[in-house]
Amino acid sequence: MTIRHHIADEILASYASGSLPESWSLLVATHLALCPSCRKAARDAEELGGALLDELTPVDLSEDAFDKLMSKLESAEPEEEAVGAKKQTTEIPSVLPEPLKSYLGGDLHALNWKRLGKGAYHIPITLRNGEGKARLLKVPAGQPVPAHGHRGEELTLVLTGSFTTHQGEFLRGDVEAADDDVEHMPVAGPGEDCICLAITDAPLKFKSLGARIAQPFIGI
Amino acid sequence: MSMHDNISGSGRERSRLRLVVVNNDAPQDLGAPNPEMAEALVEEFDIDDHAACLQAVGAHQDKRAFKSLFSYFGPRVKAYVMRLGCQPGQAEELTQETMIKVWRKASQFDASKSAPSTWIFRIARNQRIDVFRRENRPELDPNDPSLIPEPEEAADSVIEQKQSEMQLLEAMNHLSEDQKAILKLSFFEDMSHGRIAEHLEIPLGTVKSRLRLALGKLRSTLDDSRLPPTDGRRV
Repeated sequence: MTIRHHIADEILASYASGSLPESWSLLVATHLALCPSCRKAARDAEELGGALLDELTPVDLSEDAFDKLMSKLESAEPEEEAVGAKKQTTEIPSVLPEPLKSYLGGDLHALNWKRLGKGAYHIPITLRNGEGKARLLKVPAGQPVPAHGHRGEELTLVLTGSFTTHQGEFLRGDVEAADDDVEHMPVAGPGEDCICLAITDAPLKFKSLGARIAQPFIGI
Repeated sequence: MSMHDNISGSGRERSRLRLVVVNNDAPQDLGAPNPEMAEALVEEFDIDDHAACLQAVGAHQDKRAFKSLFSYFGPRVKAYVMRLGCQPGQAEELTQETMIKVWRKASQFDASKSAPSTWIFRIARNQRIDVFRRENRPELDPNDPSLIPEPEEAADSVIEQKQSEMQLLEAMNHLSEDQKAILKLSFFEDMSHGRIAEHLEIPLGTVKSRLRLALGKLRSTLDDSRLPPTDGRRV
């Protein structure tokens, strides 16, 4: 499988820096499982994060910070770090890669699709803070992908089947990026239902009151 | 059993162990079970080498190594989360939580995969997302059987991480001021690209292309630093 439609570098950098909302991160992380090349780019961007952390001018901690930490550690121990305990990894590759599979609670066979009309189905995905929109879409082979009603940016990751837009064909692992300017009318390819993860921009994502208050005080 | 029965050896070791024992009723659970072993272990690594310190914490909960990591990274993690909008008190707390994770996860640190600063950056980033933004951080599972592996995990990708970080910083100095600013904005401000555009009063497209260009330059530096020593094949 060769990915032809990748995630843009600047989005990977936002993922690495931690500034993407959860919905976007879910799509990026799921794509990373399928795309070694973006995985490498994301690792590079994290390395940049490490280098920038190294370069920051340190801000003094309170004098007793270390002692406080050690006494916290000593009173909290022993705590077993759950390595691999939280997920039971099977040996059989699933259709849905992690982390998407865990968000949906299982692989394709375990899903409860909701009817969307015109033979299409969807499953809204619950995110921790409720902002942003992520959902799994299932479009019958040969049918148009229903309008996602997006304002702002949108990313779609193909998981089974394919769809075609004016940008070409999108197969498993490929990501289509669309925004307001793009008039896109994807049509699912023949032969197999197209299942994809679609996420849309949450317009309010960084406009929490706290962030707005803090904004003027933060320099570049 | 008296707490001090098993304490002997050099004065330095004695004071270190006693410091640890005071708040702990089960000295046999400590990372350094006897002074001889502690002595031997202490000699094994350079206290200023962050990777070695992480390994020492991971292998035997070395508190001296941890203190060295704490005094270097603690104030930087605090600076990092403050840049992202945390108040000093909250930043202090986030730093504590980050360093607790560093202590607990140190055995998972793999020096061939990431530099210590990158590894700690990830923990701090995720901790902040969890606490400050109250979001989950979706990440791939390296053990997922559905994961498509690298075409060939080249042995030469196991590079001197420290060296590549230095080259990265060096390369950063060669970026234009605009490019540097936008990189820092995207790492140290919790801003979408749209917000960065508003902040800098430039079009969104310019934000993206500038960022892309800066990343491209840095990436090619990293790729060059990963070139195998003998043949010229890229990883």
